[in-house]
Amino acid sequence: MTVDTTAAAAAPATGESDLPPTTGTRVTNWAANYIDERTSISGLVKELGRKIFPDHWSFMLGEVALYSFVVILLSGTFLTFFFQPSMAVVTYNGSYAPLKGIQMSTALSSTLNISFDVRGGLLLRQVHHWAALLFIAAIGLHMLRIYFTGAFRKPREINWIIGFVLFILALAEGFTGYSLPDDLLSGNGLRIINGMVEGIPVVGTWIDYLLFGGEFPGTAIIGRFYSLHILLLPAILVAALGAHMVLLIVNKHTQFAGPGRTEGNVVGSPIMPVFAAKAGGFFFIIFGVIMLTASFVTINPVWLYGPYDPSPISAGTQPDWYIGFADGALRLVPPHWEFMLGPYTVSMNIIIPILVLLVLLALVAAYPFFEAWVTGDKREHHIADRPRNAPTRTAIGAAGVTFYGVLWAAASSDLIATHFMLTVESVIHVLQALLIVGPFISYHVAKRICIALQKKDREVALHGFESGRIVRLPGGEYVEVHEQLSDYERWKLVSFDDNAPIMLRPNKDGKITAGARLRARASNWFFEDRIAPVSLTEIEQQHHEHAAVES
Amino acid sequence: MAKTASPSARKARATGRRSPLASVSLLVIGLLATGGAYAMFTTSATAETSSQVTSMVSQGQKLFAANCASCHGMNAQGSSAAPTLIGVGAASVDFQVGTGRMPAAATGPQIAKKAVQFTDSQIAALAAYVASLGPGPAIPEPQYLTGKGNVATGAELFRVNCAMCHNVAGAGGALTQGKYAPNLHSVSAKHIYEAMLTGPQSMPVFNDLNITPQDKANIISYLTYLNKNPSPGGLSLGDLGPVSEGLFVWIFALGSVVAITVWLTAKSN
Repeated sequence: MTVDTTAAAAAPATGESDLPPTTGTRVTNWAANYIDERTSISGLVKELGRKIFPDHWSFMLGEVALYSFVVILLSGTFLTFFFQPSMAVVTYNGSYAPLKGIQMSTALSSTLNISFDVRGGLLLRQVHHWAALLFIAAIGLHMLRIYFTGAFRKPREINWIIGFVLFILALAEGFTGYSLPDDLLSGNGLRIINGMVEGIPVVGTWIDYLLFGGEFPGTAIIGRFYSLHILLLPAILVAALGAHMVLLIVNKHTQFAGPGRTEGNVVGSPIMPVFAAKAGGFFFIIFGVIMLTASFVTINPVWLYGPYDPSPISAGTQPDWYIGFADGALRLVPPHWEFMLGPYTVSMNIIIPILVLLVLLALVAAYPFFEAWVTGDKREHHIADRPRNAPTRTAIGAAGVTFYGVLWAAASSDLIATHFMLTVESVIHVLQALLIVGPFISYHVAKRICIALQKKDREVALHGFESGRIVRLPGGEYVEVHEQLSDYERWKLVSFDDNAPIMLRPNKDGKITAGARLRARASNWFFEDRIAPVSLTEIEQQHHEHAAVES
Repeated sequence: MAKTASPSARKARATGRRSPLASVSLLVIGLLATGGAYAMFTTSATAETSSQVTSMVSQGQKLFAANCASCHGMNAQGSSAAPTLIGVGAASVDFQVGTGRMPAAATGPQIAKKAVQFTDSQIAALAAYVASLGPGPAIPEPQYLTGKGNVATGAELFRVNCAMCHNVAGAGGALTQGKYAPNLHSVSAKHIYEAMLTGPQSMPVFNDLNITPQDKANIISYLTYLNKNPSPGGLSLGDLGPVSEGLFVWIFALGSVVAITVWLTAKSN
C-alpha cells in the first residue's frame, strides 16, 4: 500500500506498516499533521478524497470547460498588464506597417502593441481568444450531454439552473471581450447591439444612451465593458462555478446503468489519488490543445480590421460563434415588419428576434421543471438515461438543436452563399423555411430513431444477436442460431425506467381540473408510444423457448 | 487665290508698295514651313508606330470578329446579349480578357475568372482595336503598379472603399442575386488598377478624381503587402473571420478534445 497525504491526514494513527517509514513519508506525515492540527481539514479531505467519479468520456466535457476557463484566467491576467481600455485617440506608431500613422483609440493601439511589440503577446492573445471559444463550445456540449442523458432530473434541477447561468455569463464574457480591442469588427458588433437596444419599444433609446454614455459609439463603452469583462462578470462566474461544483459533490455524479450500479451508489475512481491525477493530467492536455491551436492558427486579426469607424464595414462580418444564433435571428427576419404607431416606429424586425432568443433561452432554463411536471416524477435519479430510452425528451432536444443550428447557420448565410455558389437570397429563404419546418422534422426523425433503437435493444436482449451460423434442422428447416448476450451486456439494455402516462383521475374534491387535464395530455404525448423495458419473466420465458428449439 | 493674287502683284510691282496680303501669305508660308519641317523630322518614328498600331488594330479587329463579335456585334456596337464596347478603352479589354473573364463561357449571375484564352500580344491587339473605336481609359502606367506606395494610406482607403464587398483582407464576399466580390489574393497589380478604373460587372468605377492614381497605387501596395506577408498569427483560415474560427474550434479543437476524452476513458482490452 502506498502512503499518501490523504491517508496520512485521514488516519495518522493507523499508519501501521511492517517497514520502517522512509524520510519522505515522515516529512509528509509531519506536514499533514501540522496542517490538520491547525485547520482540522482532514474531515473535508476524507469526504472529498473519497468522492467518486465514474468513467465515461461524456462526463469529462464539463472539465474541459473548467480547464479552458483556467487558461482564460491565466492568459487574461497577462493581457491586462498591457491592455489600455481607453477610447482616447492616438496615432499608431508601432511595428505593423499598414497601420503606421493611422489614428485609432488607445484600446486598439495597445492591442496592436500586445500583438506586435510585447514578447509573447500575440501568442497569449490568441490563447485567450481560442480558449474562450473552446470554453463556450465545451459548455454547449456539456449541456447537451446533461440534457440527453436526463442528468438534470431531481435532485439536479438547481445545478442545471446554475449551469445555465454560467452559460449566459460565458456569453456575456465572450461578447464584452470581443468588443474590447475597438477594431472595425468589434465596433460593428457593438453597432448591432446598439441597434437592437434602440429597437426595444419605449425604453430602448434611454437604455442605449445609458449603456453607451450618450450617442453611439461615444467614448465610454470600452472602459465600461472592460470593468464588466475583468471584474464583475468573472466574479459572478467564479462564484456560480463554485456553487456548481459544490452541488456536483453534494448531488454526486450520475452514472450509466450497469451491473452493480444502482441509484444508491456511484461506481468509478475516487478523487484521491486516481481522479486527481487523471484530472491534473487532463488539464495539461486541454492547455496543450489550446496552446497548439493558438501557436498555429490566427484568431481575430485586429491588424487587418483596423480602427473602428462607423462608415466602413467588412464583407463577412460576423460575431464569434456563440453569438451567431442571435445574428442569425436578425438575418432571418422577413422585411417590412416595421410599422408606425402614431409618430413612433415599432421595429418588429428587432423585437421579434429578441423575443425568439429570450423564449429559446427561457425554454432551455425551464425544461427540467417542465419534464418533472409532465412525468409527475418525484423520485431521485442518479442513473443517467441512454438518449434512446427517453424518446420524447431526445426528440424535443433534437428539435431544439435544429432550431438553434438553423439560427447559427443563418449568421454565415453570406459565406454559405459564396462558398457553395448559391444566391444569398435563396440561402436565407431556405433557412427561414427550415427554422419553422426543421424542428418538426427532426423531432419526428429523432423519435422514430429512438424507438427503433429501443426495439432493436429489446430484440437483442430477448433473442440475442444474429451469429451468421445457419443450421439445418432434421425436418429440413433452416434456422439461424442467435448468440445470447452475457448478463453484463444484457443489463445495459434492459435497465431503464418504465414510465407510464399519468391517468386522469379526479382530485380529492372529486373534480378534474383543467391543469390536470393538460398534464394528462402532456404525459400521454410523452409516453404513449414508449417501448417497455424487457422484464425478467420475459427473459426467462424466452430462454425456455430457445432451449426448446435448440434441443 | 492665284487669280486674285496676280493682279495685286502686278500692281505692287508697279507702285512699289507691298500688297496688304503679303503679311498673311508670309504667315501661311512660315506656318507651312515649320509644320512641314516638324512633320519631316518626326515622320520616320510615327510612320513606323502608326503602321504597327494599324497592324495591331487590324489584327485585333480580326480576333474580335472571330471571338467577340457574336455577342458584342461586328462593330462592337453591342447586342441584347452584351454591351457596346465603344469607349470602354484598352484597360477594360485588358482586364476582362487578361483575367480570362472574356470571352465568357456562359451567361450567369456573374462571369467568373477562368483560364486566360489569349496570348499577351493577342490581348494587346484586342485592346488596341477596342481603344481605336473611341476614347476610353488606357492601360495603367507601370509606375503605379510597383507596390511601393504608402501601405497605411492604401489600407485605410481599402477599408473605406473596398472592404464592404471584398472583405478587409481581400478575401471576397457575397453580393445580391448570386453575384459576389471575388477574392483579391492572386490578382495582379495591373488588373486591380484596371478594375478600379473601369468597374467591371457589379463593381463601381473609381475614377481618377474619386481615387487619384497615386492612391490607387497605395491600395495596390497594401494588397501586395498582404500577399507577400503571411498572417503574423499563423494559418489565416481564409481570412474569413469568426465563421472559420468557429468551425475550426468545433471541428479541430473540440474534436480533438473529445477524441482525447474517449481515449482517456477507454477500457483496456
